[in-house]
Amino acid sequence: MSKVLYRNATRIYPGGTRPAVNALDLEIGAGEFLVLVGPSGCGKSTALRMLAGLEDIDAGSIHIGDRDVTHLPPKDRDIAMVFQNYALYPHMTVAENMGFALKIAGTAKEEIQKRVREAAKILSLEEYLERKPKALSGGQRQRVAMGRAIVRQPKVFLMDEPLSNLDAKLRVQTRTQIASLQRRLGVTTVYVTHDQVEAMTMGDRVAVLKDGVLQQCDTPRAMYERPVNVFVAGFIGSPAMNLLDVPVEESSVRVGSHSLPLPAHALGAAKGEKNGEVTIGIRPESFQMATDSSGLPVTVNVVEELGADAYLYGSVELPTGQHDIVARVDARNPPRRGERVHLSVRTEETHFFSSKTGERLAAPPT
Amino acid sequence: MMAPKSESRATPPRTFRRRGERSALASVLLHATLVGASFIAIFPILWILTISLRPGFAGSSEVHLFEPSSLDNYRYILTNTKFVSWLWNSIAVAFFTTLIGIFLSATAGYALSRFRFPGHRPLMWTFLVTQMFPVAILIVPLYNMMNKLGWVNTHTSLVFAYATVAVPFCTWMLKGYFDAIPVEIDEAGRVDGLTPIGTFWRLIVPLARPGLAVTAFYSFLTAWGEVAYATAFITSDEKKTLAVGLQTFVTQFKQEWGYLAAASILITIPAAAVFFFAQKHLVAGLTAGGTKG
Repeated sequence: MSKVLYRNATRIYPGGTRPAVNALDLEIGAGEFLVLVGPSGCGKSTALRMLAGLEDIDAGSIHIGDRDVTHLPPKDRDIAMVFQNYALYPHMTVAENMGFALKIAGTAKEEIQKRVREAAKILSLEEYLERKPKALSGGQRQRVAMGRAIVRQPKVFLMDEPLSNLDAKLRVQTRTQIASLQRRLGVTTVYVTHDQVEAMTMGDRVAVLKDGVLQQCDTPRAMYERPVNVFVAGFIGSPAMNLLDVPVEESSVRVGSHSLPLPAHALGAAKGEKNGEVTIGIRPESFQMATDSSGLPVTVNVVEELGADAYLYGSVELPTGQHDIVARVDARNPPRRGERVHLSVRTEETHFFSSKTGERLAAPPT
Repeated sequence: MMAPKSESRATPPRTFRRRGERSALASVLLHATLVGASFIAIFPILWILTISLRPGFAGSSEVHLFEPSSLDNYRYILTNTKFVSWLWNSIAVAFFTTLIGIFLSATAGYALSRFRFPGHRPLMWTFLVTQMFPVAILIVPLYNMMNKLGWVNTHTSLVFAYATVAVPFCTWMLKGYFDAIPVEIDEAGRVDGLTPIGTFWRLIVPLARPGLAVTAFYSFLTAWGEVAYATAFITSDEKKTLAVGLQTFVTQFKQEWGYLAAASILITIPAAAVFFFAQKHLVAGLTAGGTKG
């Protein structure tokens, strides 16, 4: 168990114009479960592969524990990796797959068998040890891939979207298993996913990447409540936060025909905005059905009923045109399609961003 | 309430044909065509077999299918000619050609599949273009090269000449085969601690068995049946391969068709044996279960 440090790590693919990973500066504590999340092409898999040694590093350095591993091959870094599509050796049995790395390292046969059996016990794979990968289901193969990593007792676990090939129900189940396994083994883990729900539920901390640049690295709760910019605000949380560009007035912002008071801390920063506009972020759960017509008028387009929750997808009239918003409504009494409802906003939960830079304006509500 | 009608519910005769079903006539015609084509393909070999079993046959075109047959021709060529030494020569040349052929094309195919190095594309094109040269054009230049190397009348010259024929084709074929093996398996091997050669030998080669089987068989057959280079490069009698030795039976002075036919039949036996062993490895689905999708 070691800490991991990315120091200004950069990777530019040959022939590429923009770096796939741009001066990544990230410190992962020993035993921590860090999730790298972001949209496709943001560089999260590349960052993971740089740590694994499967990608060259063009600038900066990477450290595992006290060692600078920037130029070391994968086998000397004491890491183990779980690939997105498992990468099991098809011509070997499960037991041979799991013990392969130890066999290469020259470990004694009894030790290999002991460790393989232990890992198989943790992962409930004992009865599959003599099978070949093609005789296993997707979930079982995924567990074998994890077993292969566990057996090595490495300093760092690297996981590249291991759940993306599982069906939805199995994904939820395996998610909790991986999280509790990591807590039990206490190995530093770097986990890559594009699914922000996985990121929020599994990670001790979450690092959001966009276009190769680290946007924010924080605990899930902090990410949710205090996103540092518009991108993180819109990425974390499902359904996504509503982001609207609205003009600033005296001490409030105007959303269509509705006026939202600006909280004191954002007032000063908002005044400084040159074009008199800010971007406000309102999470779906910050809306409430207004009892009178004082709220924001919204035309209902679609209502998604998910059982415990219901989400309203509607449009609001703004000077700039129609704008789509999402609001959480009472599942037992949802509005109907085509209806015109009024939504009020809990202003203490509203986020304010600069419409020019996308950065958060001043101190957030706590 | 009316009583249910008790008329018989015979199914009406089917006027349409089920998908994939053939009429009787079409079936007969199809089978007749296939049997005819098979017969045309097999007949020459059967003809040679009958000739080989007939002693003293001097090349008439009469068809004597049911005359008494004997193994005299076989006995003669095995005891009174240098057939056996030609056989050993051919086996030696074919064996080494196969060995070098597999080794070179497997390693080259893997390099072309996995690595990107300067000259990677020109190399692929070279392998393609060299296959377009007919053997006849290359006999003289290759002979000159062998002469300069002092390899004329040695089996080494044949092995290398056959390698130039077999390796380009096999490299292309194996490259395609390696391309189908997911790169993630290589990467998992790297993370597990294998060197590139280790990855190649322990992970990729077991998964490419069908491709290697075809390569082995193709290399073997190239060496086994080749006559042009063998005739040009081998001059002394005891070094001749089977293909060259066969020519001594039918010259401008004598024509011993019986011996030629018997030798031809004997020559097919080792080739059939090699094919029998190679085809056991032609299995599908070797990489199943390794990766998803």
